[in-house]
Amino acid sequence: MTDTQNMPAVLDMLCPMYVMINRTGHITHVGPTLRKLRPEMAWGGARFLEVFALKRPRAVTSVTDLRDHAGIKLHLQLRDAPATELKGVAVKCGAEDALIVNLSFGISVVDGVQTYDLTHADFAPTDLATEMLYLVEAKSTAMEAWRKLNLRLQGAKIAAEEQAFTDTLTGLKNRRAVDHVMARALQRDSQFALMQLDLDFFKRVNDTLGHAAGDHVLQTVARIMVDETRSEDTVARLGGDEFVIVLPGVRDAAALRRIGSRMIKRLEMPIPFEGRECCISASIGTVFFEPGSGANMRTLLDDVDVALYASKRTGRGRQTFYNEDLRQTTDAPAHAHTGDTNRKAVIMRPVPE
Amino acid sequence: MHGLIYRALQCFVTDSYGPDRWIEVAMVADLGLVEFEAMLMYDDAIAPRLIAAVGAVLGRSEPDLMEDVGTYLVSHPNTEGLRRLMRFGGVTFVELLHSLDDLPDRARLAVSDLNLPHIELREYSSSHFSVICGTSIPRFGHVMMGLLRTMADDYGALALLEFQGGAKGTETVSITLVETEFAKGRSFALGARAS
Repeated sequence: MTDTQNMPAVLDMLCPMYVMINRTGHITHVGPTLRKLRPEMAWGGARFLEVFALKRPRAVTSVTDLRDHAGIKLHLQLRDAPATELKGVAVKCGAEDALIVNLSFGISVVDGVQTYDLTHADFAPTDLATEMLYLVEAKSTAMEAWRKLNLRLQGAKIAAEEQAFTDTLTGLKNRRAVDHVMARALQRDSQFALMQLDLDFFKRVNDTLGHAAGDHVLQTVARIMVDETRSEDTVARLGGDEFVIVLPGVRDAAALRRIGSRMIKRLEMPIPFEGRECCISASIGTVFFEPGSGANMRTLLDDVDVALYASKRTGRGRQTFYNEDLRQTTDAPAHAHTGDTNRKAVIMRPVPE
Repeated sequence: MHGLIYRALQCFVTDSYGPDRWIEVAMVADLGLVEFEAMLMYDDAIAPRLIAAVGAVLGRSEPDLMEDVGTYLVSHPNTEGLRRLMRFGGVTFVELLHSLDDLPDRARLAVSDLNLPHIELREYSSSHFSVICGTSIPRFGHVMMGLLRTMADDYGALALLEFQGGAKGTETVSITLVETEFAKGRSFALGARAS
């Protein structure tokens, strides 16, 4: 290289963040953008290694070392605050042992541009710095849109769960569905039967064989109940081991008795789980809704509860049809009202088919 | 078509005319929804119906309306991010014009499934250009005209833009640059962030 006189002007355009260093390690020229990082500093004549600390490679401690590491990626940092980190590469230039070190912000370009208020014009037209800044902004904007979408979807998911009519463990309907079905039937004043079924000895299964066994039992029970009812019936799990069945248009006690006893019989068959057997039974309370009776949701649920309680009290594994006499019994549930007639409870034992 | 495009129309109506007018538009266009999600895809067939509905509800012609959408996209405070992304295209308005060919690629870099219509700049002299663009977004030429007119202001350049008509799936906007440094323009710092 014989003619290097216009070299600074060329480099100012091609790589405006370079430093030219002479044989003794003093700065002779600085690119316009690099100058912007320390506009007040007297660059000319300053020692390169007093302005920049070389972080890597660590072996470089003198300008001779720097010359030996020409062509290798350098990690540098400005010594005074703000201690901006820079990437660089040194190349030997000319016959006089001069060095050119070209610098860039590397990955810190976003911070660098903010800290020193740089513009398009501070980067060479071929430099990808502005493209990188564009991408950072574009991607942040897109990411924010995704984040908002996710928040909205999460909100929608919670709302959907709140409005759901399904019990997730068993796939049966849930309490909200029962309320909905009964409210509609009551509104239309159309006849239906309501069965409430509580598992007996379920707690024992849960306690001795664990929750996985308990869940398996609940799912098996659900399947049996669906099997034993019609498609137009609503089978629901209210929570825990409590179930309810709404049977529209059913007023035949004998038919209900058959359904109840068949269900209990099947539930009493041991349910295998991981080599063990889960033994449960079920108690059922049943009530009819007759159009024009004036019964409402609250009284029906209360009546069915009284009937269920009677089944439990008289030895479990039974179905009891509600009548007002059941309320006369001494240990009726606290919330059950006391009736005024004195007929005997009709208690059904499971009838073998 | 990308939800961002539909969402832009929704935000234009909501920010400029209020949410009630948008709900009216959604009903007239029989969208079956009220909110477009910016990051989901929607049927292309919705676009012409939606634009017609916005025009009908606001009592505006479609070309005027879509030009306003272009202006809105780079001037409303809610879309400051987009203005900034446009300013990354160049230091001057002319540089921005020269970067338009890359605009669809730039958009794809940001959101990989966002497909903008093809855009091509033709340069007849240092002050006379035309922008030819595809119409995969209906009336895209008018959107570009509003957008570029506003960006000229943004750079402080004085430019005359005229819609030259369209044919065979393209629309053309002519641009005559009267003065590059007519006014101060709006500030743009590379390192600032749109909030």
